[in-house]
Amino acid sequence: MGVGTGNTVLKVDGVTKTFGGLRALDDLNLTIEEGTVHAIIGPNGAGKSTMLNVCIGQLKPDTGTVTFDGEVITGKQPFEINQAGVSRVFQTPAIFEDLSVLQNVMIPAIAHRDGKFKLNPFSILEKQDDIEGRAVEILERLRLTELMDKHAGSMSRGNKRRLELAMCLVQQPRLLLLDEPTAGMSRHDTNRTIDILKQIKEGGMTKVIIEHDMHVVFSVADRISVLARGHIIAEGTPDEIKGNPVVQEAYLGGSVE
Amino acid sequence: MKKFFANQWLVMLVFSAVILTMPIWLSPIGAGYPDLLQKFMIFGIFAIGFNILFGLTGYLSFGHAAFLGVGSYAAVWSFKLLTMNVLPAIIFAIIVAGLFSVVIGYISLRRSGIYFSILTLAFAQMSYNLAYSVLTPVTNGETGLQLERADPRIIDSLFVEPTEGLPLTNFFSLSLSGYEGFYFCAAFLIIGFFISLRIFRSPFGLKLRAIKSNQTRMQYTGFSTKPYLLSAFVISGMYAGLAGGLMAATDPLAGAERMQWTASGEVVLMTILGGVGTLIGPLLGVGIIKYFENIFSAINENVLMAAYSGLPEGLQHFLVTVSSPFVGEGWHLTLGLMFMLVVIFLPGGIMEGFDRIKRLLMKPFSRNKDAVESAEEGH
Ligand SMILES: Nc1ncnc2c1ncn2[C@@H]1O[C@H](COP(=O)(O)OP(=O)(O)OP(=O)(O)O)[C@@H](O)[C@H]1O
Ligand SMILES: [Mg+2]
Repeated sequence: MGVGTGNTVLKVDGVTKTFGGLRALDDLNLTIEEGTVHAIIGPNGAGKSTMLNVCIGQLKPDTGTVTFDGEVITGKQPFEINQAGVSRVFQTPAIFEDLSVLQNVMIPAIAHRDGKFKLNPFSILEKQDDIEGRAVEILERLRLTELMDKHAGSMSRGNKRRLELAMCLVQQPRLLLLDEPTAGMSRHDTNRTIDILKQIKEGGMTKVIIEHDMHVVFSVADRISVLARGHIIAEGTPDEIKGNPVVQEAYLGGSVE
Repeated sequence: MKKFFANQWLVMLVFSAVILTMPIWLSPIGAGYPDLLQKFMIFGIFAIGFNILFGLTGYLSFGHAAFLGVGSYAAVWSFKLLTMNVLPAIIFAIIVAGLFSVVIGYISLRRSGIYFSILTLAFAQMSYNLAYSVLTPVTNGETGLQLERADPRIIDSLFVEPTEGLPLTNFFSLSLSGYEGFYFCAAFLIIGFFISLRIFRSPFGLKLRAIKSNQTRMQYTGFSTKPYLLSAFVISGMYAGLAGGLMAATDPLAGAERMQWTASGEVVLMTILGGVGTLIGPLLGVGIIKYFENIFSAINENVLMAAYSGLPEGLQHFLVTVSSPFVGEGWHLTLGLMFMLVVIFLPGGIMEGFDRIKRLLMKPFSRNKDAVESAEEGH
């Protein structure tokens, strides 16, 4: 499609990860091009979430390396990887349930501005207009402004997902990793999320999206990789994947809408 | 609440007025005397600091009395070696307690949850036992560290002739006994409260609350959480050191019993009773517990008889018999029952009680917001 810049932003190189006797990732190789939306599809238990866990420093691979922006990030702390420009939406929403929706978005905005550690015990939160302004702007884009003062933990699952997306977007990451961002959402909310994901495409941000919903995948993806039993079994443009008999058989079951 | 705290100078004005007039409004309930007022202030500082750690980050330390004890020793040493002026003593108390808490915090924060609590408890008990044994040269063991006429007092000896008896603590020319001592401690409480207010409203405070809510998310959001936790730990340790220093300033001796686990437990109870993570709650907890300890414990049958004196004799005797287990020596029973009731029915402490009353009164006005929410969820 030629939307990317041609540069590699993320490279997963020969990564293996075992849990006891289970090979969740088995010599996984994957290259993500800067500026693209890259979908990863595959059956349950294929290792998709595990791959993201390795990428953000939550898990250390047994062998292999992950390179972000030309730098090896395997072995780095999660906060270092985030500060380098990688944000993730989790499969189960990971938000600050006890805080307000606005505060949930202000915190990543502060991380983006202040770095991993800055002691500012005497500046006043309500006077940080830059932070609050950016948080409100993102909440408006995700149509969460009405819920701004709500307790984040009291929201519906779909809203929590959108909130988590807002938390990632406010950091303006170079690489956004999305683990089933529309799971559990109504059709209406799913379409809204697709629109948002398409919008931020124009920002030049690279996105990796794990998704079971083929409607979402074929609406947003520039490239698709199919992951099964811990490694990539096929890769290509949406049209190539649709027409790939191996994929049809292994995963799509022949019926693509 | 948010609006109210938004004008911090107004808050501070009201707060200072309430604190400084305590001798007046506490005397009708028998608590307006300097000794108890000083205790309110000193433990108030201790609890405010403790709440910065426990209330904001959720890390429950069971060893904060150690920092209080260390502060007391540091202050008494300053009286012995340098001067009877309390200012350097208090500065030393804060610094030494701060250094101690860096070490203990650094090690204890390698774990979280119950393991963190156990580590802090172990450290505090270790300090307590060392004070009685190996560290006797520094702590004077069971006797406690006291002033002596023969102490060098290097700075004082340059300026003043030694007096006949033991010298008294002073703040330049001001003596610190009685009400002066109370006002001196009250000034520190007001400053301590202001700092806590600012921390609560700062990005730092928000980050601490976010760590309490979801520490893992904080790490994936780009924050190195350990340094934040250590900062909160050290700040609260310094508050404890200040409290210990003030104890020594109003009564210049220091004993290891201040570091015992019961003393650490007391500040936990105070904070929970009043309301963890609220600005005012810990102070309410201090007020109630210290009031019970000092006033309720002094009520005996004669006092009760007098209280029920207007009633028929049979009823009077009955009421005295029924209430006497709860007063005097029985004050622990009353406090224990109250603590249980609060924890069971108001897990957020007395402040949650206030909050519920407020919400009940405000209910008719908040309908609109709920409507928006349900419309949003309905898609
Ligand atoms: N921390 C862990 N400990 C043990 N086993 C794990 C762990 N994480 C994942 N697994 C196992 O590894 C395999 C891959 O899991 P993973 O979560 O990556 O799958 P997935 O492709 O994301 O599946 P889904 O579509 O259901 O989310 C599964 O069999 C899972 O049970
Ligand atoms: Mg998964």
